Amino acid sequence: MEKQKLSFRFDIRAYTLVIALIFIAVLFTVLTDGGFLTSRNLSNLFRQMSVISILAIGMTLVIVAAQIDLSVGSIVGLTGGIAAILQVWYDWGTVPAVLVAILAGAAIGLLQGWLVAYKAVPAFIVTLGGMMVWRGVLLGVSKGETVAPLHESFVQIGQSYLPYVWGYVLAAIMCAAIFYGTARRRQKRARLQLPLNSAASDYGKAFAYAVILMGFTYMMNRYYGIPIPMLIVLVLGLVFLFISTKTGFGRYLYAIGGNPEAARFSGINIKAHMLSVFVMMGALAGVAGVVLTGRLNAATVGAGQSFELDAIAACVIGGTSLAGGTGSIVGSIIGALVMVSLDNGMSMMNVQPFWQYIVKGSILVFAVWLDIATKNKS
Amino acid sequence: MYALEMKSITKEFPGVRALDRVTFSVKKGEIHALCGENGAGKSTLMKVLSGVYPDGTFTGDIIVNGRKQRFKSIKDSEKAGIAIIYQELALVKEMTVGENIFLGNEPKTFGVIDWDTLYLEARKWLKSVGLEINPETKVKNLGIGQQQLVEIVKALSKNSDIIILDEPTAALTEAEVSLLMEMLRQLRKRGVTCIYISHKLNEVMSLADSVTVLRDGKTVATHPIGELTEEKIISLMVGRTLTELFPYEPKQRGEKVLEVKNFSVYSPYQNKQVVRDVSFSLHQGEILGIAGLMGAGRTELFTSIFGAYEGKKQGEIRIDGRPVTIKNPRDAIESGIAYVSEDRKKYGLVLDMSVRKNATLAALDKLIRNGVIDEAAEVSTVNRFIEKLKVKTPGLEATVNNLSGGNQQKVVLSKWLMNEPKILILDEPTRGIDVGAKYEIYKLINELVRQGMAVVMISSELPEVLGMSDRILVMAEGRIVGELTHEDATQEKVMMYATGGGASGKTEAVLSI
Ligand SMILES: Nc1ncnc2c1ncn2[C@@H]1O[C@H](COP(=O)(O)OP(=O)(O)OP(=O)(O)O)[C@@H](O)[C@H]1O
Ligand SMILES: [Mg+2]
Repeated sequence: MEKQKLSFRFDIRAYTLVIALIFIAVLFTVLTDGGFLTSRNLSNLFRQMSVISILAIGMTLVIVAAQIDLSVGSIVGLTGGIAAILQVWYDWGTVPAVLVAILAGAAIGLLQGWLVAYKAVPAFIVTLGGMMVWRGVLLGVSKGETVAPLHESFVQIGQSYLPYVWGYVLAAIMCAAIFYGTARRRQKRARLQLPLNSAASDYGKAFAYAVILMGFTYMMNRYYGIPIPMLIVLVLGLVFLFISTKTGFGRYLYAIGGNPEAARFSGINIKAHMLSVFVMMGALAGVAGVVLTGRLNAATVGAGQSFELDAIAACVIGGTSLAGGTGSIVGSIIGALVMVSLDNGMSMMNVQPFWQYIVKGSILVFAVWLDIATKNKS
Repeated sequence: MYALEMKSITKEFPGVRALDRVTFSVKKGEIHALCGENGAGKSTLMKVLSGVYPDGTFTGDIIVNGRKQRFKSIKDSEKAGIAIIYQELALVKEMTVGENIFLGNEPKTFGVIDWDTLYLEARKWLKSVGLEINPETKVKNLGIGQQQLVEIVKALSKNSDIIILDEPTAALTEAEVSLLMEMLRQLRKRGVTCIYISHKLNEVMSLADSVTVLRDGKTVATHPIGELTEEKIISLMVGRTLTELFPYEPKQRGEKVLEVKNFSVYSPYQNKQVVRDVSFSLHQGEILGIAGLMGAGRTELFTSIFGAYEGKKQGEIRIDGRPVTIKNPRDAIESGIAYVSEDRKKYGLVLDMSVRKNATLAALDKLIRNGVIDEAAEVSTVNRFIEKLKVKTPGLEATVNNLSGGNQQKVVLSKWLMNEPKILILDEPTRGIDVGAKYEIYKLINELVRQGMAVVMISSELPEVLGMSDRILVMAEGRIVGELTHEDATQEKVMMYATGGGASGKTEAVLSI
């Protein structure tokens, strides 16, 4: 009984976020005479959010470990540029070009992580420097030119869609997985004699997720199908959700962010974990760079500029604390959705760009204030 | 005349009723002790009184000097003359004593701080309580005990006439404790009312005028001290009589597990030796007590052995006869050493994490199958320890920050016992733990030792070291200056070694820190 109350309390935050999202969606739908909620626009919106979401996934880990990475925007630009240059200038195939781009991202992460973890240079400084350095490197290697066009197969990474049938098959498999997972979790909790939510509420939740999933697939299929970048986000999101909640590595990141001294005394190798986090962030930024280049069918010098701020904002809106130790992948992805919905909705309404900045900035501060205010209440 | 009456106070947290119609009355000008087991609700009651939990988050009445009060914040309760001093010190370390005393309260002329007046006033206040500290020294240069006294002066300077001390002596040396008690007695003469929370019943007996006992969030009784003995208080606290405090049992001493030779440790800050050329050994099946005054180098010695001290070290460590190099806690854990730190909030716990996650933090490797944490195994392991140590918590998922101090300490203990170490180093293991639970922990330690574990117990509580150890090493100024067996050891002998020979008085040697 007590347990139920507790878990409900913890979820309230996630619900506020979802409620805010619904509110934004309804608001824009009304203001755009339904334009916001069309399949076409939603499909666009999800493609737009993919790059920021991928960055936000990595950034969540970084921030949970009480670090920061300001260089990801520049890494996105540089890795996207590397892939494009290899393909356009040196005629590499898509697969090797993509792999090299991701490895380049990981290598940059390795260097930065090494400086942070083993040389004790604050992450803020290392990655602020990185932000300038990698942008400079991009400018140098691309000689300031826009590199285009890419092969059809590369462009597909950012622009193509999953065929209708596959979309439904995938959705059906995921629905089955949700129900199976719920049933298994209930069995396990019953075996351990842990307090159980009522069957109605557990399966009701699973049913709600299934409906959302199917609705989403239907909406996407009414346009061209589920966008591939969205699928990439989904897969990466699931992988990192698993890493952050089910593995020792993930658990240790939260401990390190929450209290590094206690983590050290518990025998956790803080430096190695820190290094890995930056490597993961770098590799994810590489993936984001590839997706962005594919979507734009070009690599430009300015690609990815200020994406780091969007990614950090997404995490913060999603409930990740910059002090470290708390945060979730799902929250951050929803945070990214909020940010991108605002962009998208306001663009549709032809709101002037200066207003867009003002609104997004205000919402960021408002979200954190709300979070703090509700936390103090309870 | 009552200085303070709290009537029918009820305070609930999600899933716990921390206070259940508690009644608490304190006479003017007395020292009133508040006793009770871990999680009985003592700290919560005081937080209600001082406005940390504002009016409306609890039910019941607070009457101060005959007037009913509704505190919306700590500021309100300060205005009504109530000051609370937490165990965790709330001083700004980089500021001077004077600045700290008047923080937020500085004497000003036209908005500019009048430093001369500030230091003059600070000096007056310090003197009035018999403290010989220069108000212009930085707080970080004072010992913990003196910092505690500065906190009290700060409270007084706000003209508080009710002062609450929540476990003020948990981290103090005996000398500092007697200094504090002396000061409280002086305050009593001046008519200041004092509420004193402590698990050290000898202090309560010698200091308090009346005692109120809480159990499971309810008031059990209030008695004048004349009607009470330590045994009586204990039986009111735990609801049964406890015949012996230290369940010592002679043990079968086994193989040598740990041998430390010519071990020295240097401070990471100055080029100073904090442990000097120490050699000792530890055997299976024994409890080795480490006594000494604060600053004797005990914690430095053992955190170095555990690989967690930042300063340089030198010397040889052998485990089971084989030399080992321990560069970090990971190495130490792998060689079978566990170290329960004296500062649980800083080194022991991730406060925002759940009880479950904290408890398994050091032993998670054992719970990982194919790279994934086996949550079923995790839950059942943690449950086993929670039952064994009688941790009072609303559940495994409760945030550890919401547990009472003593229960947090038990979570730290579980965390290390889960690792099944060969060598268990306990640094002030029962700090903040109530008598009943202490007894349970001692019995548990005995059981572990019987099964072959070797235990090092560092403790500033002499009765504990004397009562539980098979052998006692006394440290002073970084050296081991004496070794005593369980039979030989007495308080006097230990103090004699600890203070560097002749002195029989416990206090003089340290008062001049
Ligand atoms: N913020 C909180 N949220 C939830 N539960 C709490 C919170 N603070 C205290 N509790 C619970 O209230 C009860 C009383 O706690 P309290 O800290 O008052 O105990 P205590 O008597 O001071 O114990 P100790 O001697 O260990 O310090 C405990 O069961 C504790 O878990
Ligand atoms: Mg307490």
